[in-house]
Amino acid sequence: MTAVVLPGLSGAVPAQLSGHLPLDLAGQSHAASVVAASEDIGNPVVNIGIFLAFVAVTLVIVLRASRTNKTAEDYYAGGRSFTGPQNGTAIAGDYLSAASFLGIVGAIAINGYDGFLYSIGFLVAWLVALLLVAELLRNTGKFTMADVLSFRLKQRPVRMAAALTTLAVVFFYLLAQMAGAGGLVALLLGIDSRAGQGLVIAVVGALMIVYVLIGGMKGTTWVQIIKAILLIAGAGIMTVWVLAKFGFNLSDVIQGAITTSGIPGLAEPGAQYGGSETSKLNFLSLALALVLGTAGLPHVLMRFYTVPTAKEARRSVVWAIWLIGIFYLFTLVLGYGAGALVGADTINAAPGGVNSAAPLLAFALGGEILLGLISAVAFATILAVVAGLTITAAASFAHDIYASVIKKGEVNPDGEVKVARMTVVVIGLFAIVGGIFANGQNVAFLVALAFAVAASANLPTILFSLFWKRFNTRGALWSMYGGLGSCLVLIAFSPVVSGKTDEAGNSLSMIRDASIDFAWFPLENPGIVTIPLGFLLGVVGTLTSREKGVKAKFAEMEVRSLTGAGSEKAATEH
Amino acid sequence: MTDSTQSPTPPDGRPPTGPPGPHDRTSDLLDYEQVQDSPEFQALRRRFRRFVFPMTAFFFLWYLTYVLLADYAHDFMSTKVWGTINVGLLMGLGQFVTTFAITMIYARWANKKQDPMADELRQRIEGRDLV
Repeated sequence: MTAVVLPGLSGAVPAQLSGHLPLDLAGQSHAASVVAASEDIGNPVVNIGIFLAFVAVTLVIVLRASRTNKTAEDYYAGGRSFTGPQNGTAIAGDYLSAASFLGIVGAIAINGYDGFLYSIGFLVAWLVALLLVAELLRNTGKFTMADVLSFRLKQRPVRMAAALTTLAVVFFYLLAQMAGAGGLVALLLGIDSRAGQGLVIAVVGALMIVYVLIGGMKGTTWVQIIKAILLIAGAGIMTVWVLAKFGFNLSDVIQGAITTSGIPGLAEPGAQYGGSETSKLNFLSLALALVLGTAGLPHVLMRFYTVPTAKEARRSVVWAIWLIGIFYLFTLVLGYGAGALVGADTINAAPGGVNSAAPLLAFALGGEILLGLISAVAFATILAVVAGLTITAAASFAHDIYASVIKKGEVNPDGEVKVARMTVVVIGLFAIVGGIFANGQNVAFLVALAFAVAASANLPTILFSLFWKRFNTRGALWSMYGGLGSCLVLIAFSPVVSGKTDEAGNSLSMIRDASIDFAWFPLENPGIVTIPLGFLLGVVGTLTSREKGVKAKFAEMEVRSLTGAGSEKAATEH
Repeated sequence: MTDSTQSPTPPDGRPPTGPPGPHDRTSDLLDYEQVQDSPEFQALRRRFRRFVFPMTAFFFLWYLTYVLLADYAHDFMSTKVWGTINVGLLMGLGQFVTTFAITMIYARWANKKQDPMADELRQRIEGRDLV
């Protein structure tokens, strides 16, 4: 067997690397076939060197940006001074996690068409943000999602609920990213000891804390912009390279993948989700959560406050949609390209399993330099996404829970930012510890869970409060707590937590002991139940409450949302 | 009762940050209900809803159709069109095309039709002409 093996690692990582993404949900198991390292590819020194260069450049930029960090406006919203194109690029940097790159390329390489399905949900979702949310949110809010939700409802209970769903989404997303970091270390840097991986996770976490602590939203935004450019450019170069090898004919690329794999159905749907009725329902549920979750992700929503006007918020989304869409088109070519040029067997046998498809393809095309570049980009991706999540959680805690709920608004902005910075350190430390503990755990379901919570608990309340006059506090609380609670309960009793096994009886669930099985909910993504439930609870709660709401507040919110009158202006010193 | 439901403070429940601009104190003085009732605003709102609601319904149903076909109509989606390119792939790429198209149509429409009216209303509100 001439398996090409990436440096290091004795075989425990695979499924966990896809911790970034919901790709493992249908039970795709790439049981870590332990292959003797017959041939190492790539050069960890090159990978680390390129990554350090990225860190150095971004640190300088963050330090420069931090010099104008004076007010809460600066810290949470980058002084609202970014342009639409800048913010759109940063959104792409925030949104395209390592999952999108490594996960989707790998899923297409192994499962063909079914891998492509994810990218479509991730992209179409942006239309919800563009048409219904981005501009109205920019016009009515200040720093957080809760600003909009509590605009005309009872401040404290609604803020508390919105902050809790925000923290829940960020928590799941963050843990998934950090758990993935350990696997990525093993795959790309050739560090296979648990302690060594833990150390690298700690370094990545510490770097992230420095960025967010010093740079605030400005620093975070610049890290995301640089990362997005590197990621999209890197994927673009590889795409042209792959296409050139096949005479710029997509059909031939796919044919190449079919020939290499020997699976004629690679271009057809069903390889991953076609198995049973349950897995078909699983996919439907996931598809709903993806398309409705994006516009409820708090770290995405917060980015709309970094631009001066609603018009720039619109431009941001237009830019983001183009960049994200083009990137996903690249992944289609890269996925089939990896299937053709590397081969599914080699990918499955490599330490990172399905996630190694993109790095292996980079190596097959451009040797260790391109591999190093792609590896560094993958690291930068984790750093940038985690930074965006952290500042969102810190803003939510300091602005919504501390300033509004605990201090009842009796706190000056300086005090609030101080609390936000302390929160950053706490969340950063938590991310490091969580990442070290979750390293090697099967937590792939966490990202799908984050999307499900965003779609079930956040989106209904956002839409109702923007568009439904009658909507009131009880509706908001029922919808948010009901959406969040139902997601957590259904996930806890689903096969992703216990009772899922492969043919050989090995556990594929988070709880590795196959004899423990308390799952009674058949689906791995709760969205198909919890999203309608979230909307329904919003309606029922509203109609059963006698609270009519303040007419003047609704008038103010509606007028502000559509005209931008009285909206937060950009900081003036820029 | 200290509950802030009816509180006239800004929505975020704390004093505004940054230098006080002209807009910071207007919210108490302004009657947003009058603005809301004005024919100009009603027209703006009606046009907005008439555009975004049908558009949302369209892309959502189109996406759902695609997902259901990919999930349950494998044979249809596997119909070869040219080389290895089949109906499923073309429909998937079609989702990209419609997403890009809706994005550009909306941006152009909003820039041209909505922004001038919204800007005018905003200036009148912030200059308090309308009240």
